[in-house]
Amino acid sequence: MVDTASASDVTRESGRVGQRRRPFRQRLGRAATPLLWIGPAIALIAVVVLWPVVVMFRTSVQHFSPNGFLLGPAGSKNFKNLFDEPDLPGILERTAVWVVVVVCVTMVLSLGLAQLLNQVFPGRRVTRWALIAPWAASVLMTTLIFRWALDPNSGVINLFLKDIGVLKSFGSNQADWLGRPQAAFVWMMVVAIFVSLPFTTYALLAGLQTIPTELYEAARVDGASTWRTYRSITLPLLRPAFLVAALINVINVFNSFPIIWAMTRGGPGHETATTTVFMFQLKEAYIGESAAMSVINFGLVIVVVLVFLWATRWREQVT
Amino acid sequence: MTDVVTEQPLTGAPGRRVRRVRRVPRGRKLIFAGLAYLIAIIFLLPYAEMVITALRPNAELLDRDYVPRHWTFSNFTSIWASGFGTNLKISLEVAGGATALVLLVALPAAYYTARRHFPGRGVFLLLVLVTQMLQPAAMLVGIQREFLNFDLPSAVLSLILVNAGFNLAFAVWILNAYFSSVPVELEEAAMVDGAGRLGALGRITLPLAMPGIVTALIFTFIAAWNEFIVALTLATSPDDFPLTVAINNYVGQYSVDWGHLFAGSVIATIPVIILFAFIEGKVVGGLTAGSIK
Repeated sequence: MVDTASASDVTRESGRVGQRRRPFRQRLGRAATPLLWIGPAIALIAVVVLWPVVVMFRTSVQHFSPNGFLLGPAGSKNFKNLFDEPDLPGILERTAVWVVVVVCVTMVLSLGLAQLLNQVFPGRRVTRWALIAPWAASVLMTTLIFRWALDPNSGVINLFLKDIGVLKSFGSNQADWLGRPQAAFVWMMVVAIFVSLPFTTYALLAGLQTIPTELYEAARVDGASTWRTYRSITLPLLRPAFLVAALINVINVFNSFPIIWAMTRGGPGHETATTTVFMFQLKEAYIGESAAMSVINFGLVIVVVLVFLWATRWREQVT
Repeated sequence: MTDVVTEQPLTGAPGRRVRRVRRVPRGRKLIFAGLAYLIAIIFLLPYAEMVITALRPNAELLDRDYVPRHWTFSNFTSIWASGFGTNLKISLEVAGGATALVLLVALPAAYYTARRHFPGRGVFLLLVLVTQMLQPAAMLVGIQREFLNFDLPSAVLSLILVNAGFNLAFAVWILNAYFSSVPVELEEAAMVDGAGRLGALGRITLPLAMPGIVTALIFTFIAAWNEFIVALTLATSPDDFPLTVAINNYVGQYSVDWGHLFAGSVIATIPVIILFAFIEGKVVGGLTAGSIK
């Protein structure tokens, strides 16, 4: 890559000087100049993003010892082992619930929050600033705060639930939210929604601010009701921002690892794991099978991205 | 709380009183303000609890009260004995290195795609967009095996490369937008005055694109600073643990060192939240630019 770039540099310079004399070199130079500028970016993407995909696919058909020694080809054995995992159907189902619930609740709440922040009133700035915290802070650390707040003996969430009469006693089974897989999973979704809200709200707010106020005034003059205005003007014009925010959320939430890892490590067993966490659990001892899980995760992400590109006709927009 | 917020768009959309153009009635303003403050408090409470627990004496850690009876800084002073300084240094190296690499690579790419319509431009931008949609978690095994083979002298280098690669897209989009907004005529005028192409770039375009550069810089730094799953996978020796991995390690099998965990979290989080506040208004553009366009 580097060689091509520096060579093209020379060609480009000489091409520019001798414009009439060397049409071929000039053409070559013109074709190679872009590489000089975007070559490093392509190289970085190739090494860090594209090549790992190749390695991942290769690993998924190789046989490894638990401590990482390559023992030979495995054919489709890793995939067969993966599909034979008794916990896999539950994990897939949990992943679907995780993505659908977290993204849907986030989108609905963010619509409301964005609408609120789009109004003019004292204190708007304070809310905007407060929303920055969960966005900028590490998700791992935010999750650990919730884990501490859910402590069965002295966590502040339990303290609050006791004060309002929901919790009967400390240290009880009821207070041990993270000890019960179902309850733990609900709390993880709460944290996932909490950390997804800021970006989503800001993205929708940016979308709202592109809607011309004249449209609202026209609707008002026509005597349209608030709900009617919202449904016929705001929602349709918000569609591009909404779709992009939803897509980014689907990808982020699907790939989310720190929330579940910090709360329960995906346990007990795999009872609170999504496919991303399961991949990480498998990686400890079954590298080939973990790669097979990765391949499936990767395939799912690609399908989502392709559907999105198709739905938004990305190619036409760029050109 | 949930109900209140979801109801908001219905009652909160502009202009319920038909004749009053643009003016929000005072009563409703008060409701909005109250609601907004309530939401602000809800979003800040977890971080308040983080600070409170960090300042709580160990003897009162298990007390059932919202605020401790005594306050102490001991967690912040004793944390350095456990190697926290090394973790801080590693995080600074990884985040700083990744940021430098991203700028070095993204600046020329963004400038060129903003200025020239060359063959392959669409393909390149599509490649960047796809990169943005992919996350290290989706190909972690590949990353681990690849860097195992590279056998770089330290995990810090691997982490710099991975963080730079996965944050490149954001920088390209935001810089592309800023470069596009600088009129070509300005550069040409400077070149007519004898500045040369690089001179025009350095004296005209780069300063005008500075807000975009700062945004890319801070965003990449924070993303690399907070990155967890790759660091957890590639950093295998305690000398290479960045902050996230170190803080995760305060969670033991049977007990958690909450005091130090949150003291470390405060040190790792607060500066980053303040930095983020500077670029808050521009981040959405960089995250969605590639897909909305």
